[in-house]
Amino acid sequence: MHDAGRPADLIKNMAAQVAAQKLSKPVLIGIHSGGVWVAEQLRAGISPAPEFGTLDISFYRDDFSRVGLNPQVKASDLPPVDRRDIILVDDVLHTGRTIRAALNEIFSYGRPERICLAVLIERPGRELPIQPDVAGKSLALSANEEVKLSNDGGELSLDVVKI
Amino acid sequence: MSDLQITGGRLIDPANGVDEVTDLFLSGGAVAGVGKKPKNFSAAQCIDAAGMLVLPGVIDLCARLQPGEAHASGAGATIAGETRAAAAGGITRLLCPPDTAPVADTPAVARMIQDRAAAGGGARVHPLGALTVGLRGERLADMALLMDAGCAGVGNAQTAVGNTLVMRRAMQYAATYNLPVFVRACDPWLQGNGVAHEGEISTRFGLPAIPEAAETAGVARDLALIETSGARAHFDLISTARAVEMIAEARERGLAVSAGVAVHQLHFNEGDIGAFDPRYKVFPPLRTENDRRALLRGLEENAIGAICSDHQPHDADAKLAPFVEAAPGISGLDTLLSMTLELAERGELRLATAVAALTSGPAAVIGMDAGHLARGAPADVCVFDPAREWTLDENAMQSSGKNSPWLGRKLRGRAAATIIGGEIAHLDGAPVTER
Amino acid sequence: MNRDIQFDDAGKLRHFLTVDGMSRETLTGILDTAESFVTVGEREIKKVPLLRGKTVVNLFFEPSTRTRTTFEIAGKRLSADVINLNAARMSVTKGESILDTVRTLEAMHTDLFVVRDSASGAAHLIAKHLPPHVRVINAGDGRHAHPTQAMLDMFTIRRVKGKIEGLKVAIIGDLLHSRVARSQIHALKTLGAAEIRAVGPRTLIPTEIETLGVAATSDMEKGLRGVDVVMMLRLQRERMDGQLVPSEREYFNRYGLTEEKLRHAAPDATVMHPGPINRGLEISSGVADGPRSVILEQVTNGIAVRMSIMATIMGGSEERI
Repeated sequence: MHDAGRPADLIKNMAAQVAAQKLSKPVLIGIHSGGVWVAEQLRAGISPAPEFGTLDISFYRDDFSRVGLNPQVKASDLPPVDRRDIILVDDVLHTGRTIRAALNEIFSYGRPERICLAVLIERPGRELPIQPDVAGKSLALSANEEVKLSNDGGELSLDVVKI
Repeated sequence: MSDLQITGGRLIDPANGVDEVTDLFLSGGAVAGVGKKPKNFSAAQCIDAAGMLVLPGVIDLCARLQPGEAHASGAGATIAGETRAAAAGGITRLLCPPDTAPVADTPAVARMIQDRAAAGGGARVHPLGALTVGLRGERLADMALLMDAGCAGVGNAQTAVGNTLVMRRAMQYAATYNLPVFVRACDPWLQGNGVAHEGEISTRFGLPAIPEAAETAGVARDLALIETSGARAHFDLISTARAVEMIAEARERGLAVSAGVAVHQLHFNEGDIGAFDPRYKVFPPLRTENDRRALLRGLEENAIGAICSDHQPHDADAKLAPFVEAAPGISGLDTLLSMTLELAERGELRLATAVAALTSGPAAVIGMDAGHLARGAPADVCVFDPAREWTLDENAMQSSGKNSPWLGRKLRGRAAATIIGGEIAHLDGAPVTER
Repeated sequence: MNRDIQFDDAGKLRHFLTVDGMSRETLTGILDTAESFVTVGEREIKKVPLLRGKTVVNLFFEPSTRTRTTFEIAGKRLSADVINLNAARMSVTKGESILDTVRTLEAMHTDLFVVRDSASGAAHLIAKHLPPHVRVINAGDGRHAHPTQAMLDMFTIRRVKGKIEGLKVAIIGDLLHSRVARSQIHALKTLGAAEIRAVGPRTLIPTEIETLGVAATSDMEKGLRGVDVVMMLRLQRERMDGQLVPSEREYFNRYGLTEEKLRHAAPDATVMHPGPINRGLEISSGVADGPRSVILEQVTNGIAVRMSIMATIMGGSEERI
């Protein structure tokens, strides 16, 4: 079984990589729900603390016609993004479809200067040409494995499960 | 005309107080005897009616033989075809209201209807003549000539005569010739553009409503006119408990009034409309459950004497519209007998009451020696197989109008043979031996 | 009993024809989703791609600029292609033409019909005769229902009052002819309003309205006493023919909402009206434009609520073809 590691350690690792990206006054945007949890903790490791936003990509999903709307859809809440550097944060980068939807949504709010993708876990299975700039860890999961992030009162944990 | 014998059936003849397993002998277009074989009787045909009911042929006081005028496409129901459908449903005689196309307000139209009906070879048809020219409620129609041309009575079909003075004179004039007047008790202003009973359903679904008072105001007015004009009047389709009470009270006072009800009013209430099911759109509208029960009681207590089909065969398009605009009416020739006897089967009506309301009751309304099976009566008979199970689908339905709320339902009991004037007009399941 | 054609065999909502019979979860879900759609209208690009490639036909057999426009904006913000058809149709005897029109448009691959018609039950009829993957929203049918208006009213109440549960509500005016009132009553009941009062002269209150769970009164003061929300209804000028109410003057005197009458309601009572307003007949300008009025918010909220309803019934449509 794969060891996903402790999220707190991975996020520390991510913060160091973010610093190396040399972004100017970036906006930190987490994708609901796991990406928001990661972004909240990542924010503490970046100084000065960046502006913060959350993104619910339900309205931009490409499987709407097949599965319908997520009944728990939340409103996105973004600071101004026009001409800004953005750190887009998600928990797991898998097919790349969530990121595609997130990029589309961000562009509905304005034209950012640069978007940098930061994920807690990067795993194989990409269906779109999307790669992370920052990754807490790469896990060589097979198609029948899934990594899940859970949040117990601010305490994050990772589990690899068979599906 | 050859002799016909019906043996071993349960003969129910409410007018003569008969309900027993016995034989029936028909000769020369009339009943020749019951129980004991008459002298010189030599049956050419014999129907074995064991396990079946032998009833006087059904008399339907309200059946339209053409599709509604607005939807007539020329492809739908015909007079000849519908008389055969009637025979298949055990009906041997029917009255056709005057809202034909053209309106039966002249002797020529009355004769044309009878000619076309005769060509059909099914049930006997008596037209009702128009009470007023064009049913417009303004000028009296030629009632005496209509009577001479074979009309069994006069009426104004679904259109109430709004002008009370015209109605009074029409009744007085009909009384001159002792013509039965068929009255649709309805205040036209209260009915307005209503399509459903004013109550829970019309309120919930926002349907323009017809208050109970539309009927009771009509009954009250017409009773007052009947009382002073001496007319014989028949309220042909009543729907409310209050109307039953008013008519019962008038009959107790000795007024020459009778009343009828459509069989669907005895099965359904306003709730059956549900979310705009146009099959249940009828005039008068389906009322409350309380009204339905009162109508059944009215039959038992003899305030109501006749159950009719109020048959209205429509083309399919007629019901393909919002409820408000859909054509009203049910295609009922196929189901009148079965659905009336089902009420007896369910215990909602006594069997003798049910049979009387289809036979002797309607005969009395038009003052005709029919609807019973005493010696000398017309040889109009229905042999009914109460055990036969069948599904009312579009193929089984003999009427060209398929607009029945019972479509697709399993029914129990069906006419196995219908005899009109001593001849077998319809045969479906009754064993016949030729001698 | 008729099966509710608004739901498919799996219990998923596929048409939005009436609030009558819908669960609290369904209604709350639509209102919650609408909250997210509100923010879409505040963005630089006021569009989300949910209905991209879908065709929405606004089929209005009865004119209505306001409702049609909000549906049009809602559809466009969801990236659908929206076509407006103000169709006249033959009535009464040629009722079949309504289905002919719909079938013709369906043959052009319409995915969603938004229907307004003067006949109660028109939207039900259309929904019943379309293939299962085509959706229908009722934008008002006769006197029967105007469910999207009721939902935007609920949304507006929830935003102002925080909740609907436990509220006392008065609905005032021509309830007899009002599809809005019928839908409001069902929505308020389902969402847990404590008390609903119908207020108006007896000529304008349908019989047996109590069967809908409403208490009727003709006394404006009693009807308004202590209510949290006052929902005014439109009185069509064509009803003013002297048979239902004697005159505008007398109607306004008894049932027109003025600041003075509003004092009987709770101090923080909210005033609503589905529009368009007849000033000086149903409501005084002072109240309509005053601090308690949320009439303009209702219009704004109409877009997000209609987006939510469209998205809710259109989602997952592909699987069920």
